[in-house]
Amino acid sequence: MGKKVESSFVNMVVVLFTITLIAAAAVGYVFSLTEGTIAQANAQKQADAIKNVIPVEFAETTSEKVAVGVDTVEVFYAKNGDQIVGTAVKSFTNSGFNGYISVMVGFDTKGTITGYSVLSQGETPGLGSKMVDWFTENGKGNIIGKTPGDKGISVKKDGGEIDAITAATISSRAFCDAINRAAQALGGVSAWSGATPTNEATGTENIEQVEQ
Amino acid sequence: MSKFGIILNGLIKENPTFVLVLGMCPTLAVTSSATNGLGMGLATTFVLIMSNLVISLIAGFIPDKVRIPSFIVVIAAFVTIVQLLMQAYLPALNDALGLFIPLIVVNCIVLGRAEAFACKNNAFDSILDGIGMGLGFTFALTLLGAIRELLGSGKVFNMTIYPEEYGTLVFVLAPGAFIVLGYLIAIVNRIRKV
Repeated sequence: MGKKVESSFVNMVVVLFTITLIAAAAVGYVFSLTEGTIAQANAQKQADAIKNVIPVEFAETTSEKVAVGVDTVEVFYAKNGDQIVGTAVKSFTNSGFNGYISVMVGFDTKGTITGYSVLSQGETPGLGSKMVDWFTENGKGNIIGKTPGDKGISVKKDGGEIDAITAATISSRAFCDAINRAAQALGGVSAWSGATPTNEATGTENIEQVEQ
Repeated sequence: MSKFGIILNGLIKENPTFVLVLGMCPTLAVTSSATNGLGMGLATTFVLIMSNLVISLIAGFIPDKVRIPSFIVVIAAFVTIVQLLMQAYLPALNDALGLFIPLIVVNCIVLGRAEAFACKNNAFDSILDGIGMGLGFTFALTLLGAIRELLGSGKVFNMTIYPEEYGTLVFVLAPGAFIVLGYLIAIVNRIRKV
């Protein structure tokens, strides 16, 4: 094992090519093996999140993509027959302390927040990562039961009424941004479905976000 | 060196974190809690064992000048496979560690052991070296994570030891990682010299 193989142009090319080929084949094989399971796990996770944020019973969901400014979010309608009983919006923000945060937000038929579930976040553990339960009913910055409407929600430091996470104002602002984007999508949806159009249904944060 | 000695070598004498001071990027980045440290350590251990095994088997055929790219391809393939398998079968663990798994590719412990040990030794010894180094890394990361979690938020493995309000925030953040790591390196090296 200790002796070194001479490096000629031909054997370098052949060996490196062979190794790369075998590695690629192995990765490709595992990918095809796990592709279905991964898609299933993700779909299951999404379905659980929707169930989690809409407290009422529902039979099925339909989804549609809604444009908010330059972004697109996915909106899920929870239905019993033809009756919409709640809406879940898969919203996101890019202004977290560590970038991208994805949140599923549930609304009842009046646009009041019924629940949320953080799907992915990379905030500082012990600080921003507390957003997972900070804004719930048992947390300190409860947003359940609030109606963002046209104004949106914001933290107290920005003149809003939400208690920001201690020492994690940036994460809290980002969270509000995600919620507001969801609320905006909801506004867009009701405009689309024939209700009063809500033009410029943007909080200040959202305007900033769009301009970026 | 005896078979057991190879494992012990990675754990204490040449502990990758405290003595070789390799793989600092994941060490400093993921150890904000004991659980993260443990998970990252175990994932790295798996990659280390597999890559050590494969590299010790193929090292005899690889021309000297392309050995590093060859090793990296092997390591990257294993990391991708680990990530796909975790996404498919351990989604909960993947949620906690997903971000850090790709970091294993650039973890210099894995490449370092391939270069320093696996390509010069037989397959069995290379596996033992992978186990030893992996456990040493896991031990170091878990210890670092536990200390930071305890000082920063009053918990260890998410169990509350004292109220969170008395925690010192800096230990959860990046500077705390440097401070704790510095003290640990000093302590471990003091003990080693006794």
